[in-house]
Amino acid sequence: MFAETPLVRRKQRQETIAKWLFFSMAASMIIPLILIVGYLVARAWPSLSLSFLIDVPTHGMTEGGIWPALVGTIYLVVLSLAVSAPVGVLAAVYLNEYARENWFNRIINLAVINLAGVPSIVHALFGLGAFVYAAHFGYSIISASLTLAIMTLPVIIASTREALASVPRSFREACWNVGATRWQTITAVVLPNSISGILTGVILQVSRAAGETAPIMFTGAVFYEAVQKGDLFPYRLQDQCMALSMHLYTLATQVPGVKESIPFATAVVLLGSVLLVNASAIVVRGYLRSRKKW
Amino acid sequence: MAVQGARLLLHHSITPLLRHSAVPLSAAMSSDAQIVVRDLRLAYGHKEVIHGISFDIQRNEIFGVIGPAQSGKTSLLRCLNRTIDFTPEARVSGVILVDGEDVRQGKDVFALRRKIGMVAPLPVGLPKSIYDNVAFAPRCAGMTRKRELDALVEQCLRQAALWDEVKDRLDSLGTKLSGGQQQRLTIARALSHQPEILCLDEFSIAIDPVTTMRIEDVLKELRQDMTIILVTNLTQQARRLADRTMFLWNGEIVELDRSEVIFSEHPANRKTYEYANGIFG
Repeated sequence: MFAETPLVRRKQRQETIAKWLFFSMAASMIIPLILIVGYLVARAWPSLSLSFLIDVPTHGMTEGGIWPALVGTIYLVVLSLAVSAPVGVLAAVYLNEYARENWFNRIINLAVINLAGVPSIVHALFGLGAFVYAAHFGYSIISASLTLAIMTLPVIIASTREALASVPRSFREACWNVGATRWQTITAVVLPNSISGILTGVILQVSRAAGETAPIMFTGAVFYEAVQKGDLFPYRLQDQCMALSMHLYTLATQVPGVKESIPFATAVVLLGSVLLVNASAIVVRGYLRSRKKW
Repeated sequence: MAVQGARLLLHHSITPLLRHSAVPLSAAMSSDAQIVVRDLRLAYGHKEVIHGISFDIQRNEIFGVIGPAQSGKTSLLRCLNRTIDFTPEARVSGVILVDGEDVRQGKDVFALRRKIGMVAPLPVGLPKSIYDNVAFAPRCAGMTRKRELDALVEQCLRQAALWDEVKDRLDSLGTKLSGGQQQRLTIARALSHQPEILCLDEFSIAIDPVTTMRIEDVLKELRQDMTIILVTNLTQQARRLADRTMFLWNGEIVELDRSEVIFSEHPANRKTYEYANGIFG
C-alpha cells in the first residue's frame, strides 16, 4: 500500500530539487554582504581607530578623521525622524483605524504610495524649492532634515499601517462591544500590540536617512565645515553641516591626494553605524515580541 | 399567565401586518417591552439581509434566536448595539427601541453599548491580564477606584463561574486561558459594564459540552437580573433555556412563539418543525 511508485519517486525528486534551489538562492545573500564588508574593512584597516572617529579632517581633507561628518549625520537623522516618525505614525493610525472608504481617503492612500516611489533626487529638488527657497530656511540642517523627513514619511506610514493591520479585528470588536471609544481601543489594545512592528519600521528608516546623499547635497550638506575635535554640538539648526554619505562622495571624487584608506574607513563607519542601528532594531523587536500577548 | 399568553398570541398575530408597513414611532413607544423592533431592515450595499422584521423582547426573559447561517442573527445583534456602525456599507432602517429610547437616534452610543453585554461566537481574551480584561470596560466608563474595581472584577468573575479557577492568577494573561475559560472570561467582561441586556452569539461553538452546560447554568442564574438574548444554532440549547424562541430564516421571521410551541410537534409553520428537528438546515 505504501510502496514507492514512479510517481512518488518523481515527486520526491522535485521536492529535493526545489528545496536545494530555494536554499541556495537564500544562502547566496550572505556572499555579497561578506564580500562588501570584508573588502571595505581590509582596505580601511590602516585608518580605522577611535581617533579617526573623533578627529577633524586635516591637510585639505587628505588626512585626519570624520567627526564633523559623523555628528552631522546624527543631526540630520535624529531631526528628520523627529518629524517623520510622529507624523507618519499618527497618519497611519488615522488611515488604518478611523478612515472610511471614500474618495478623499483614497487620494491620501494614492499620495502615500506614489510618494514612496519618488526617486531621492526628486525629493532633493522638492526640498530645494520648498524649504530652501520658498520657506526661506536657506541651505541648512533644517532644510536637509525636512527633505529627509518627506522622503522617509511614506515608508513609515506604510510599515506602521502594516503593523496596525496585524492586530486582529476581533480585539477591536471586543473593545467596541463593551462601550470603548475608538481612541480607548487604540490606546488599550491596538498600539500596545503593534508597537514592535511600528518601531522596527521607524528604525529601518534611520539607515535610509543616513545613507542618502542626493536629498541633503542640494539642501544643506557641505564639503567642509570647521568644527572642534570631539565637539558634541558643533552645529546650529540654521547652519550647514557635513554628513558621512556626502563626505564619502567628496573624498572619492572631489579631493585629490587623499590617503587611500580614508574613504574606505568612512564607508566602514557609515556601514557600521547603519548595521548597529539595524541590530538594535532587531533587539528591540525581539524584546517587544517576547512581551507580545497572544 | 393566561393574560401573558393572550398578549403573546395577539402580538404574534399582528406581526405580519406590521412587516411591510411604516410604523408610527408613537405606536411602538406605547409597548412596555424592553426591546421593541419594528420593520427593521438591513442592507450591506445593495444586498438586503434583514427584510423588515418586527418583534418585542420582554424584561428578564431568555429570548432564543435560532436559524441557519446567513439568516441575519449576528447582524441583528450588531444593529442592536450599533456596532453595525463600524461596517461602512451597512444601511439600517426601521425602529429599535431599548427601554423606550430609539437606538438609532441616541447620542451616547457608548452608554447604549454598556447597557448591552455582547458575547461573540469565538472567545476573545484581550491581550491583557485577566484582571484588566474585566476591568477594561469600567475603566473606560471612568471608574478608577481600586477597591470598587476589585469588587466588581470579583463579582463578574464569580457570575461567570470563573473566579475559583483564576483567583490566584488574576495578573496572568487572559489569552493564555483555555478556550472554555476564555469564553467565560468574555462573559465576565460582558457583565463588567453591568448591562441590563446580555446577548450571546452562538457562544458554545468553540467550547466543549461540559463548559457549555456550566455556562447554561450561569445564564439561568443571570436571568434574575437581566434580559438575555440567546442566538444559537443548537436548537436544543434554545429549547432548554429560552422562554420564547424566534426562528429567523433568510432575514425574515418564520415563527416567534413560546419555546414549548416552537419545539412541539405542531408549531404554526411546517418549516419550524423541520428546522428544529434537523430535517433541514
